[in-house]
Amino acid sequence: MVEFNIILISSFTAVSCAIAGVFLILRRMSLMSDAISHAVLPGIIVAFLLVEDRTSPLLIFGAALSGLILVYLTELIHKTKLVKEDAAVGLVFPAMFSFGVILITQYLSSVHFHEHSVLVGDINLSAINLIDIFGFSLPKAIPILSVVLLLNIIFISIFFKELKLTTFDAGLAAAFGFSPVLLHYLFMSLISITAVASFDTAGSILVIALMIAPAASAYLLTNNLTLMFLISGIIGIVSSVLGFYFSFWLNSTPSGGIAVITGLIFLLTYLFSPKYGLIIKSLKQKRQREEFYIKVLIMHILNHQNTEIAEIENQKSGIYHHLKWSGERAEKVIDYCLKNNYIFENHGILSVSESGKQFLNNRD
Amino acid sequence: MNELALEINDLTVAYREKPVLWDIDLNVPKGVMMAIVGPNGAGKSTLIKSALGLVKPVAGDVKIFGTDYITQRKKVAYVPQRTSVDWDFPTTVLDVVMMGTYGKLGWFRRPGIKEKSAALDALQRVGMDSFAARQISELSGGQQQRTFLARALVQDAEIYFLDEPFAGVDTKTEKHIVNILKELKSSGKTIIAVHHELMTVKEYFDYIALINVKLVNSGKVSEIFNAENIKLTYGGHSNIWETNKF
Repeated sequence: MVEFNIILISSFTAVSCAIAGVFLILRRMSLMSDAISHAVLPGIIVAFLLVEDRTSPLLIFGAALSGLILVYLTELIHKTKLVKEDAAVGLVFPAMFSFGVILITQYLSSVHFHEHSVLVGDINLSAINLIDIFGFSLPKAIPILSVVLLLNIIFISIFFKELKLTTFDAGLAAAFGFSPVLLHYLFMSLISITAVASFDTAGSILVIALMIAPAASAYLLTNNLTLMFLISGIIGIVSSVLGFYFSFWLNSTPSGGIAVITGLIFLLTYLFSPKYGLIIKSLKQKRQREEFYIKVLIMHILNHQNTEIAEIENQKSGIYHHLKWSGERAEKVIDYCLKNNYIFENHGILSVSESGKQFLNNRD
Repeated sequence: MNELALEINDLTVAYREKPVLWDIDLNVPKGVMMAIVGPNGAGKSTLIKSALGLVKPVAGDVKIFGTDYITQRKKVAYVPQRTSVDWDFPTTVLDVVMMGTYGKLGWFRRPGIKEKSAALDALQRVGMDSFAARQISELSGGQQQRTFLARALVQDAEIYFLDEPFAGVDTKTEKHIVNILKELKSSGKTIIAVHHELMTVKEYFDYIALINVKLVNSGKVSEIFNAENIKLTYGGHSNIWETNKF
């Protein structure tokens, strides 16, 4: 039962993060997941100091507020034009995170709220912390995680058109009156809330992995934005399940195992993606190179055929010497061209056929 | 022809304390096709952006059909520079063109059948109907530009702002785009385009604004597009103090 609960909790967390991550990737703001998952800490601590209840929803509110402060301070620094945006983010979030850490050591050293669990979380603990819901004994984290998942789905559905336009063409969006700034702040609030809800169970490191890796993999697998959400979510769940058993097998923490699996899945898509994968790309490049050799050969023969030096330049057995190719390559390219009737041979002299000329013209 | 499509009064836009546009006064009559011409860094794009309220002026104002841009928003179409967006964004040509309908839809309303057929019509006008389902990452420069033009066409606007619509586009596509713009003009729409190629100004446009931070001159191409004004605009330097000497 504990196993099931761990997988349940991590799946909920993974899907929320994976959905939130899609626009994060598309807006080229992956770094923000790192920044926000750290910067929410002081907000959570301050809220906790106020209400002294670890499960209070006010903690989520504090986190969201922290996230907005991060975005605001980042923009403030960026606006001075003294540093670039990524540097501005890098200046603000460590300061906010360390402020949170100082608060913990000053006021909360006796409470279970130490830095380690902030970084890597503790799903095991969440999974045995149960509550009765409709007669089912479920982890306490589930209600909050479902609300956050629902919030992600609703937010993205409601603002789908607006988020898409501001992401693709912020200028036109602004001209239409869809404030990119307002949407940016709203979206960042969503990221903050998602990060903090996933905090307890996943820790800030896994939150980053779950926000970036599934969405980045989905980006490589599809050109359809709606599908990208679906694939990202599925990868999130698959990572949770596999990651759990992986960590179980290694006798390690689930969050570590899940993070490793998200990374592995990304590696696999990076290698094997049918559209942008490394393997397809290098095959394509190889084909393009071969096609280009064919063009070079046809062009050479065409340039010299019907001239006085055709017999010297276009001799089948000597062409490699003129093109400074290896005999092996010349033979391969010539054989291919002869087989496809791009060129023909007459007494050892090569000439270009009509289809050869077409090949040269068609594929520029 | 007396009605003004665009009216710019004493407009100054600055990047920190450095003026990008300096005290521009420019009137564009309704139904003309105007080229905005000037050297790099002359503020051409900024002029368009301030007309659309995308850039806050330090001084002066812009009026479209006599009032604020915000109240006239739905009468204005905008084609930004092709290179200003990420063409690897996971979407199709049709979807990008449909984005042109978002302005009239406003917040929360989704595009439906009506918007889709408007987008398909626009794609047909720019000769891209067979590309509707194509991924935008697979388009050539000319096809990207025609997609953007189609997106502006579905806005069904009264005034069209285009930022370098012919940049990186082959000659055939350029002629195609010009013909569409001329069609728009003959149906009474106003076209304002940032243009780089001085050779084609006379052939494409009937009005021109020559700018180099300050407005050098504006009016009918037949009256003011001459060697003297070109020299004043390009004058060897883009520095504002240099042009002041003339």
